[in-house]
Amino acid sequence: MAAGPSPPTEAASARADIVRVQGISKVYEGGIQALDGIDLAFPEGKLTSLLGPSGCGKTTLLKIIAGLLEASAGDVFVHGSKVSTPGPERAFVFQDFALIPWSTVLRNVAFGLELRGVGKNERNDVARKYIAEVGLSGFEDRYPHELSGGMRQRVGLARALAVNADVLLMDEPFSAVDEQTRRKFQEDLIALLDNEKKTVIFVTHSIEEAVYVSNQVVLLSRRPGRVARVIRTDIRSVGTPDEIRRDKRYLDTVEEIWQMLRQYLT
Amino acid sequence: MKLFGRRIPMMFSLVFWCVVWEIVGRTQDILLVPPFTHVLVACEELLRTPKFLDAVVITLKAFGAGMALAIAIGIPLGVLMGRVEAANRLLGMWVNVFVSAPLTALVPILMILFGLGQATIIVTVFLFAVWIIVLDTYAGVRHVSPSLLEMGRSFGATRWQLYTRLLVWAALPEILAGVRLGLIRGVKGMVIGQLLVAIVGLGELFELYSRNFLMEEFWALTILLFGFALGLAELIGLVERRVEFYAGTRS
Repeated sequence: MAAGPSPPTEAASARADIVRVQGISKVYEGGIQALDGIDLAFPEGKLTSLLGPSGCGKTTLLKIIAGLLEASAGDVFVHGSKVSTPGPERAFVFQDFALIPWSTVLRNVAFGLELRGVGKNERNDVARKYIAEVGLSGFEDRYPHELSGGMRQRVGLARALAVNADVLLMDEPFSAVDEQTRRKFQEDLIALLDNEKKTVIFVTHSIEEAVYVSNQVVLLSRRPGRVARVIRTDIRSVGTPDEIRRDKRYLDTVEEIWQMLRQYLT
Repeated sequence: MKLFGRRIPMMFSLVFWCVVWEIVGRTQDILLVPPFTHVLVACEELLRTPKFLDAVVITLKAFGAGMALAIAIGIPLGVLMGRVEAANRLLGMWVNVFVSAPLTALVPILMILFGLGQATIIVTVFLFAVWIIVLDTYAGVRHVSPSLLEMGRSFGATRWQLYTRLLVWAALPEILAGVRLGLIRGVKGMVIGQLLVAIVGLGELFELYSRNFLMEEFWALTILLFGFALGLAELIGLVERRVEFYAGTRS
């Protein structure tokens, strides 16, 4: 019997999906199971949000992909090869910024390159370029405590961009930033990502944020976290930020996700 | 400080008690308390006495060696205890015992072990100073933000880079506080060691003055020693405040 249209081969899908996780489970000491059999694929050049009720293991999953946490079971593949430690193809943006308080903005942004042994002039040039891209020109010699929360996270983003990783892992990057700053930051992030062609895995607890910035939203169930649904959003083609926020499809998607999430709330 | 609605300068308390000392010294003819002005004169004379200067050199050598040992061993030990749970289990209790133990009681045993000389004093300084340095370093390392270390790891820091570029610097305010307290304790250890050994350095002078009731010289020596300890602590405090400025927003 003749085969029908052949399914995409393993190699082809691996090329399209820059990061894949297979059967990831995580049990913490003391027996708390945070994640249970997560299978996911993250397409190259797209922004995927991990969304779910608090305590569902979103950040745990992100840190396992980053190689900062060890999975109890399952594998993470980046560019088709298995990884279990941090690597130069992934860069992390932290919820609490994790800037070095005794170093200037310039040195903070260049820190990843400094660790790799890049020469001072070269790494400072790269750092200045990304400081300008995140809109912080003129703040190179300031210290983190002299900056607002939003500016600090821009430093965190510039640091992640400066190492030129293919995959950006962002752990609730805007949760410690006030609402107005957050909106501006989201818009800037989207504009920046269009230029940089990065794959982004983005943890958030805000439905609006997830729908607004993502190409696809992964909905995790309550602990132990399982993949409840994967929703393609791609809302950005609608137009300007203001048009998006009034767009019917955007609002419907937000509502749809809320209806799914509310069953986890008691 | 305010008194009767007027601001009293900081130096007031110092001046007040010096005046009290002077009055007590002049009115009562007690051998043990000479007038303050006489002590000041003795201070000045003492600073020009070759015997005193020799004693100072010997004392500083012992103090420097003991402190250097305490810092060189205390900081790595504290970092080890902060990072390796097994090391903390093994040593933590003992560090806490020794940090509050009356170590003076051990000095006679040290004299038997190390002889009546510099070695005993160096070991005494070391023993007085090292524990608080270990304890404060440990506390500092424990309080380093975990996400700062995760940041280092995620950007590919080697274990060595993690310690030398992030951990030690993040714990620096506590480490310096430990060193400052260690210095003060070290001065104590040095004085006690020299008094008990009594044949080297300032201890020899203290012994000489008190045995011959040369109270002016005795007090002069005491004041100089106090000044040295306070000055040293103040110096480290100065460095600390600079460091705290940079580490001020650790979160």
